[in-house]
Amino acid sequence: MLDDKDRIFRNLYGLDDFGLEGARRRGGWDGTKAIIDKGRDWIINEMKASGLRGRGGAGFPTGMKWSFMPKENKDGRPSYLVVNADESEPGTCKDREIMRHDPHTLVEGCLIAGCAMGAHVGYIYVRGEFIRERERLQAAIDQAYAANLIGKDNIHGWPFDLYVAHGAGAYICGEETALLESLEGKKGQPRLKPPFPANVGLYGCPTTVNNVESIAVAPDILRRGASWFASIGRPNNVGTKLYGISGHVNTPCVVEDAMSIPFRELIEKHGGGIRGGWDNLLAIIPGGASCPLIPAADCEELIMDFDGTRAVKSSFGTAGVIVMDKSTDVVAAIARISYFFKHESCGQCTPCREGTGWMWRVLTRMVEGRAHKREIDMLLEVTKQVEGHTICALGDAAAWPVQGLIRAFRPEIERRIEEFSRKATLDDQGVLDPAHLVAAE
Amino acid sequence: MSVRRLAPKELQPESFSFTPENLAWAKEQITHYPPGRQASAVIAILWRAQEQNAGWVSEAAIRFVADMLEMPYIRVMEVATFYTQFQLKPVGKKAHIQVCGTTPCMLRGAGDIIEVCQHRIHHDPFHLSADGDFSWEEVECLGACVNAPMAMIWSDTYEDLDKDSMNKIIDGFVAGTPPKPGSQIGRQYAAPEGGPRVLKDGGAAPHAKASEAPSQPALSDNDSKKASESANAQERPAPKAPAADATKDHPPQGGAPKEPRKSKEPKK
Amino acid sequence: MTKLIVDGKEIDVPAEYTLLQACEAAGAEIPRFCYHERLSIAGNCRMCLVEVKGGPKPVASCAWGVRDCRPGPNGEPPEISTRSPMVKKAREGVMEFLLINHPLDCPICDQGGECDLQDQAMGYGVDTSRFAENKRAVEDKYLGALVKTSMNRCIQCTRCVRFAAEVAGAPEMGAIGRGEDMEITSFLETALTSELQGNLVDICPVGALTSKPYAFAARPWELSKTQSIDVMDAVGSAIRVDTRGREVMRILPRINEAVNEEWISDKTRHVVDGLRTQRLDRPYIRDNGKLRAATWSEAFGAIAAKVAASGNKIGAIAGDLAAVEEMYAIKTLLASLGSADVATAGTAGFDAKAGRASYIFNPTIAGIEQADALLIIGSNPRKEAAVLNARIRKAWRGGNLKIGLIGDNADLTYRYDHLGAGTETLADVIAGKHSFAEVLKGAKNPIVLVGSGVAARADGAAVLAQVAKLAADIGAIKDGWNGFAVLHAAASTVGALDIGFAGGRTAAQIAGGGADVVFSLGADDVEIAPGAFVVYVGIAGLSVFDAVREYTAGIGASWSIVASRSADGGARRLPAGRCPRGLGDHPRIVRRARPQAAIRLDGAVAAGDLQAGAASDAHRPDRSRRRRRHQDPRREGRRHRQGAVQEPDRGFLPHQPDRARVSSHGGMFPPGLGPVADGGGVRRWLNSGLAPCGR
Repeated sequence: MLDDKDRIFRNLYGLDDFGLEGARRRGGWDGTKAIIDKGRDWIINEMKASGLRGRGGAGFPTGMKWSFMPKENKDGRPSYLVVNADESEPGTCKDREIMRHDPHTLVEGCLIAGCAMGAHVGYIYVRGEFIRERERLQAAIDQAYAANLIGKDNIHGWPFDLYVAHGAGAYICGEETALLESLEGKKGQPRLKPPFPANVGLYGCPTTVNNVESIAVAPDILRRGASWFASIGRPNNVGTKLYGISGHVNTPCVVEDAMSIPFRELIEKHGGGIRGGWDNLLAIIPGGASCPLIPAADCEELIMDFDGTRAVKSSFGTAGVIVMDKSTDVVAAIARISYFFKHESCGQCTPCREGTGWMWRVLTRMVEGRAHKREIDMLLEVTKQVEGHTICALGDAAAWPVQGLIRAFRPEIERRIEEFSRKATLDDQGVLDPAHLVAAE
Repeated sequence: MSVRRLAPKELQPESFSFTPENLAWAKEQITHYPPGRQASAVIAILWRAQEQNAGWVSEAAIRFVADMLEMPYIRVMEVATFYTQFQLKPVGKKAHIQVCGTTPCMLRGAGDIIEVCQHRIHHDPFHLSADGDFSWEEVECLGACVNAPMAMIWSDTYEDLDKDSMNKIIDGFVAGTPPKPGSQIGRQYAAPEGGPRVLKDGGAAPHAKASEAPSQPALSDNDSKKASESANAQERPAPKAPAADATKDHPPQGGAPKEPRKSKEPKK
Repeated sequence: MTKLIVDGKEIDVPAEYTLLQACEAAGAEIPRFCYHERLSIAGNCRMCLVEVKGGPKPVASCAWGVRDCRPGPNGEPPEISTRSPMVKKAREGVMEFLLINHPLDCPICDQGGECDLQDQAMGYGVDTSRFAENKRAVEDKYLGALVKTSMNRCIQCTRCVRFAAEVAGAPEMGAIGRGEDMEITSFLETALTSELQGNLVDICPVGALTSKPYAFAARPWELSKTQSIDVMDAVGSAIRVDTRGREVMRILPRINEAVNEEWISDKTRHVVDGLRTQRLDRPYIRDNGKLRAATWSEAFGAIAAKVAASGNKIGAIAGDLAAVEEMYAIKTLLASLGSADVATAGTAGFDAKAGRASYIFNPTIAGIEQADALLIIGSNPRKEAAVLNARIRKAWRGGNLKIGLIGDNADLTYRYDHLGAGTETLADVIAGKHSFAEVLKGAKNPIVLVGSGVAARADGAAVLAQVAKLAADIGAIKDGWNGFAVLHAAASTVGALDIGFAGGRTAAQIAGGGADVVFSLGADDVEIAPGAFVVYVGIAGLSVFDAVREYTAGIGASWSIVASRSADGGARRLPAGRCPRGLGDHPRIVRRARPQAAIRLDGAVAAGDLQAGAASDAHRPDRSRRRRRHQDPRREGRRHRQGAVQEPDRGFLPHQPDRARVSSHGGMFPPGLGPVADGGGVRRWLNSGLAPCGR
């Protein structure tokens, strides 16, 4: 288990002051000027060396992302830093804790990241539902302005304005280009890529969109050194990570621990164990709703990192683990996720708009077994028709959980279908009725 | 999501305009964005309009905001109907309860919470209770999954709910004395039930209590900037990298070893 | 240029091409719904997916640039496949998704037969449905009197939203809601106000937006299609007239990059119903204040008697829709009677002797896109020439065009500096006192656009001269660029000036008591003072007249309309399609028509017209292209690059032009009167009916 001293978010549980004083006490805003004075190249190299991969789900190396920003703005277009605090993925609630209990890590990170990518303005796009979190964050920014830590003429020598913007209930705005659209005051419908935001982003200017956690860990990484961060976890999956443990565990919580922590250790140490004991585990969704579920058999050896989850055909996502014990109606659970994606589809492109609703409706029937067995394959094919054919990754995200369900729980679905048709073929007296049999088939 | 339409005409107020304070606030919001990009403020301003208008967005408010931001009406209409936190019909005067029904909450009993709402308020979401004081809806993930099940009322979340506590919350709003937001079972925010297992000292370094502020930041001494031994000490053998480990050929530059090692002193 | 391999075929395309364009250049057909050449790229229908070798998933070819393709490891050109199993599967998948919620109401859908979804479902879909759920139902929306909706059919391609916002400049359409509940509508279903809204019907790839006036009127395969030129404004948009039997059913745009691209105004499109009712079908004579039907000889007799009695106090006023030939005929007639009092309402203020460049739209409509400064004087192009206004907006959206306006402050769909409303402001600009004068002087290709309203002023000629001087002063008239542009309000004006149908008294003077006998060539808007004997020649008598003859204006007539522009800086007088209706696109007829052109226009103009028409021969697409699928510009912009329109034209039989035209568009004409309804008919009429009185 990670030592408290290696934790970056030392006020994760809000026991201490969230404000500037508390942040300073926890080591925040310490030596920021020295970091900024070393210049953008040093910062980017250090971030690359740290091996930090984006914490928003895709796991793209953060340092590399920053390096894509143009070195100078020859055409007069300013660069923008946009922080993606639209944390809406079911199972994920880590950024919330950063914003309400340790917001200064984020504010400081924004300043440093802004310097690294040549941005003088940053926007933090908070999901609409995080109202108190937004207020906290704003309070922290106000404190930072008041202490002249950020602003046009701040003590760090890198002019930087930071604003909080917010959404109003749209999961899709967590997609970076949809977020930019939303930030421009439009519907959050993802843009076509290329061009990528680093080239044409907010208001057509170079923009980098980063997850809250990716930005908030940056100051500590730079203070403590890239090698410190890189020494935690295993290659390609380094650093500390905020895990969220929800669902059927004894003590759900958010906790910061090392990358590559074994799943079982994570659950037993922090989650208080599976409800009803380890053997009662049915399946988990490892990183937010869009990741395919992992059946219990694969959880035994599961390593919680990008590669470990990929090895069992899932993905690490945001490390918000949803645990399901054997009491779970797993088809209903995935059907609910399917409804979520149908609800959150922006409606822009055809496969997602039409496919998410179709998948949800078929799954809803399958919950009761009101379907044909051949429809399982059809459903699988529909997911494949959605996956990879959409503008953004929401189509993929909607398809994967369904694929994961069919992969792991096909017998369960078949059982329900059988049961339903058996009931349907019995008449009132419980006698097998051949006419019904024919009708059912 | 079902089709979202504006409230029928008879419910729509004649006009809308901001109070002076809100107007000043809105004007300030516009300054956050570059000149000519005032449309960026539409969500924030529409949200404020919703707050001023008893929790829902009227047609007049849409037109007012559009005029204010020099946007075509249909564009603001698009925004108001796209983002589901904008309520387009009147909501309960005392409370509009948004119950999270997505899988993590569902697994921990969101169904019970919804049942309470159906029983106490109205069978169907978005319908006002008989006295017009309450309404409810099932929303998608509100981002408090470790405190499931949960519900949001106005700006606050009520977490770790069960039937009883949900009933109590509704009672509180009926009486005009809403309970304290947050966990209803006394949890410390997102910490495990029964108190944090890590960071028990409240975040600051062990020797630094909030009352006796240290002269030095807790982590400015070099010791604390090394990875502790325990960082990678796991109870299990070091995990094997999966076969398709991309780092085999391209190890990260930090060169993290499988064994924990002492890092160099940070340059300072 | 970048090398690409498309389906194994190597091609060179410009790097700024999209894959879709590149694939088309290589001859591959790419299905699409949301993509439209003249609108921004949405990339949302996902029908145009193609495989880029090496990529994990197919890419939307409409949005993927050629320069976004990475070459192979050894520098081989990127390989694109439009027929691979991956692409086939992707298209089938998308097509299935489009169809699951699309109603099966093709038999009652007005789009049937010219529906992109129908066609592409045949080409790229599968024949069965696996969708066992209920289809989505969407409430129909009210969008005004012209656009009918059937929103169940909508495939959310957002072409209409983009058209309204980008081309029409009236951001009234939007997509509300999200996900599968996304709906296309206007704000609270208010009626659309755009003057180009009819085009929404054309760009909708399915039957969600259809034409309200045309609802359930005809099927596309029943219609004869005749290419023509619009006469409702002075732009001369290229149109196609669809007729069934004797009746004109609808008017659609044709593609003409030099004029209307592929848009037409609602005025143009919906003039159809004016052709249907209250047509004059026989001569009438007014007796004691009441019109009575008369025979031809009676009518001619009455006219001849009046003409003989009036000496040379005869005048002729041509209406907005009058064609060159008939104006010339009446001019000749009046000349033989000793009168030179011929005019249209729009010719006042112009002096044809000053040269053609003094009254045409010199920079050409397409030339607007080259302009970097535009001063509009006394005109509201949005009202007077909606399609031209769309072109100005297009240039303005390009970002390089600065616009100033002297005249009434109106919403022109683009931003402009309102300099002032009167001649004082103009004088200021000329004197260089106004800041916009600097913009004009600094511009490379400035345009000074003067509206016909200026010429109509009492001091019109003087103001025109001032404007011309301004144009010269700011360097708008130079080698290779003539930025002096006159935007006329009526289709007949330039033709009238070309043939000298002006010069005597003005229309106002003639109408105001200057003549005892007034020939009115469909001059419906001109109020003629009581006392004069009015011979009305037109399709529908709207004003007071004393004797009537029918002719057909615009549609059905085969005469020339000279729009207020020239092709390229005046070198060629008239762009293709400017000749007798359809002749520009039918060179064989031009050729044959030439010797028959008994109505000799004054030398150069006539020859220019006809040559211009013949010259367009070279631009005609080869016939093989016509047989390809998707021929109809209304259905999509697919073949735009190839130039002209391809639909087979059943309107003309080359060996018998006059008869054929009459017979195929006989619906215009009352029975028995067909043969007199063309140029020959008028000649015969002039010769037979009026010759005795004239001599």
